[in-house]
Amino acid sequence: MKAIPVEAGLILAGVLFMLGLISVLIRRNIIFMLISVEIMLNAAGLAFIVAGARWGQPDGQVMFIFILTMAAAEVSVGLALILQLYHQLQTLDGDAANKMKG
Amino acid sequence: MELTFYIASAIAVLSTIMVITRYNMVHALIYLIISFLAIAIVLFVLGAPFIAALEVIIYAGAIVVLIIFVIMMLNLRDETVEQERSWLTKDIFIFPAILSAILLAEVIYIISLGEHTMLDQPSIDSSAVGMSLYGPYVIGVELCGILLMSGIVGAYHLGRQKKKIVHRFLEHAEQ
Repeated sequence: MKAIPVEAGLILAGVLFMLGLISVLIRRNIIFMLISVEIMLNAAGLAFIVAGARWGQPDGQVMFIFILTMAAAEVSVGLALILQLYHQLQTLDGDAANKMKG
Repeated sequence: MELTFYIASAIAVLSTIMVITRYNMVHALIYLIISFLAIAIVLFVLGAPFIAALEVIIYAGAIVVLIIFVIMMLNLRDETVEQERSWLTKDIFIFPAILSAILLAEVIYIISLGEHTMLDQPSIDSSAVGMSLYGPYVIGVELCGILLMSGIVGAYHLGRQKKKIVHRFLEHAEQ
């Protein structure tokens, strides 16, 4: 019933990862950089799912759940850091954090 | 079934392109939700219905809502859109995009060199995932618990505002 080649799923994961990587490289707004990291983590999880579906084993889905947990913890700590940065510096510029002086 | 996969993949890629080119943060988040929903359809077609539900609930639900709450707390005005427009110019875009596209072309070439197989395995339901999660991977579940707890403690500690000292003697002593 399903006749999807493995390459199509892996290429989709690669394209999504590349888009997230471009966004991390070009953005200066620190919230956008966090969003891009979420896109990249999601693409990595998609590659795990494709690999798990190739052999019909649940291990890929287990790894996706671990990635999901890590992404949730990362985004909560990252957003708390962004809040502190904005209160200290009144800007969302990622380059401004080198002027913190301890 | 395979047509669903290709349409959802195209929507995911297009909406992700819209995410990385928006100037307004809220518009980018709306496109991000569309991208996550399309990826959820892809996961469902690939035979992972439980993971598709988790993608909708946690990524499109919890994480995006968390970012929206922070944007509301920061109380950003219209100047931030103009600032973003000045930061994200075309000439910044081009060079990283070319380099990443070269890397992607290499990855696609390497993937296409391998054996050509079809994804024709039956779909894996949530009970198989649960048996695997609490069987051989139970140490990973415990590590995830520790990670989440340290995440909660870290987010609370970092997000706390410095308490202001109201007593005047203590204020003098602080200075």
